[in-house]
Amino acid sequence: MRAAALTAGLLAGLLLAWLLLAGFLLVGFLLVAARADAQTLVGYTVEGDAIGAPLTGAPGDAARGAGLVADRTLSLCVLCHSGLEAPAHMQGNLAPSLAGIGARLSEGQIRLRIVNMKALNPESIMPAYGGSSPGARVANAWRGKPILSGEEIEDIVAYLSSLKG
Amino acid sequence: MRPRPRAPAVIAALLSIPALLAVSGAVALEQGDRRSGIAFASPQTQAMQADDTANPGMLWVMDGAQLWRRPDGAAGKACQECHGDAAQSMKGVAPRYPDFDAGLGRPVDLSGRINLCRVRHQRAAPLAHEGSEMLALTAFVAFQSRGLPMAPAADARLAPFRAEGRRLFEQRMGQLDLSCANCHDDHWSARLGGSPVTQAQPNAYPLYRLEWQALGSLQRRMRNCMAGVRAEPFAYDAADYIDLELYLAARAAGLPMETPGVRP
Repeated sequence: MRAAALTAGLLAGLLLAWLLLAGFLLVGFLLVAARADAQTLVGYTVEGDAIGAPLTGAPGDAARGAGLVADRTLSLCVLCHSGLEAPAHMQGNLAPSLAGIGARLSEGQIRLRIVNMKALNPESIMPAYGGSSPGARVANAWRGKPILSGEEIEDIVAYLSSLKG
Repeated sequence: MRPRPRAPAVIAALLSIPALLAVSGAVALEQGDRRSGIAFASPQTQAMQADDTANPGMLWVMDGAQLWRRPDGAAGKACQECHGDAAQSMKGVAPRYPDFDAGLGRPVDLSGRINLCRVRHQRAAPLAHEGSEMLALTAFVAFQSRGLPMAPAADARLAPFRAEGRRLFEQRMGQLDLSCANCHDDHWSARLGGSPVTQAQPNAYPLYRLEWQALGSLQRRMRNCMAGVRAEPFAYDAADYIDLELYLAARAAGLPMETPGVRP
């Protein structure tokens, strides 16, 4: 009887260990899968030359967007574009001025141009901020990540749409 | 704004036309459009480069002159014992680098050549790529060609490596998905933020960057740009850098050497 109880206990312990291991493996797999998903913003629909629907539930904040476009290390917008709220001597001219962009393009058109300009012009030098078009040898710190989050893109869309010229 | 080329530089440029024709077909930047980085710099930076008593890079050149005469390695030889007076023997050497090394079967740049010389002839340990001694020696050797036009070697064995350099120059890299060519071929007259983009010309290296507060190599500068587009830089002395340097040299053919240059 004692031996049978011991065997049953051992078997139960072994089963528990296997379950734990399988659980860890499953969680690990899900984490990896989540990282892979993080590479691009998912769940948006392109209609014509626009993404009509916002990327997030909450509307973007134009004031936060104004700060973001002037950020020289995160969004980098001001390195190439002028017409933004930033000191004139810090604004680049590699790309068109964004002065009055809100009068020329709809919110949805602006949104697609930020998320993936290359959908409209594969030769464009504008990075796809939604993360769909990284180049070779992406550095570790940035691998598998979009350049900006959906919230940040919505803030910038709100700000640029307010630039009516 | 641009410093006027001196008469000897012009004559040397004319003499090097055959070499230029041999390699100029393989680059995207037209001869007449070529501008040294100094042409984009402020008058103050231009003045600092032009005056040897104000140019901080001259300190490395003077260190290099000492190292040229210092015996080193198991052979106990100095550079000078084989090469003699650098003002004679090294004049015109840097403008043709990178050059082919038959032993390695691939091109080496000036620092690679110095390390081969150390290992093969001085029997000394190679110097670290970005260490002060290597920077001093490359600055000293390249300084002997100041004012001479970049005249890349026309050796046919270099062609595939130069082509690979061009492929890398035009390859989009990093999270920002930008190639060297996107800025330095297509938008060199534009401004990135407040800074001129420039043509990425290699004719003044190693050079003193005010931003670095130090002399640095062309490879260090390329690492900066790779980090800027959020790409993983190649390791120092990687074959990819030598291939890029080869392509850049062909693209710079005819520009006068400025070592030690000064840049913002």
